[in-house]
Amino acid sequence: MGGGAAGPVPSEQHDFSLWEKRVDALMIIASSKGHFTVDGLRRVLEDMGEDAFETMTYYERWIASVNQNLIEAGVYTTAELAQRMTQVAARGTTYGEAASD
Amino acid sequence: MRVRADMPPGHVRTPGYLRGKIGWVERTLGPFPNPEQLAYGLNAQALPLMRVRFSMAEVWGDASETPTDTIDAEIYSHWLEPAEAPHAP
Repeated sequence: MGGGAAGPVPSEQHDFSLWEKRVDALMIIASSKGHFTVDGLRRVLEDMGEDAFETMTYYERWIASVNQNLIEAGVYTTAELAQRMTQVAARGTTYGEAASD
Repeated sequence: MRVRADMPPGHVRTPGYLRGKIGWVERTLGPFPNPEQLAYGLNAQALPLMRVRFSMAEVWGDASETPTDTIDAEIYSHWLEPAEAPHAP
């Protein structure tokens, strides 16, 4: 980023976790429905600043950007999001029902 | 062509390290919607996109390890302005 030293580039493949795949899917669904473009995704990622690239993982930055874009597009409000996050948190640290399958 | 040296806030696709640098148009790519408008959910105007080639000497100056190597970047025409003598090797 920005011409800074990045260290060696790892070439081995790695698995993505379920939540990361869901973030990817959400981005594709939301943009194919016309809520925002890849440019909107990039805009929020770049606005996060350098610290975000040191402290957040790739898909953590993505979900933050997808969320910001969906709020801007009026898909849901921050209050609705907060309510949903409370419901999800109440399931505990697993994926709830999905994890018991 | 010279890439405009402006550093406005907001979403700009033109790489910061190329702003103010002089290159030459390798080819024109046709009109594409302006990402500076798409990024904010605005109706985007179709603008000419150019593939511009820069020498490493131009981009990195004395720090350049391979001054005659080149780098191509796709830059929208509204970020380009006419410049004296292109640096084609």
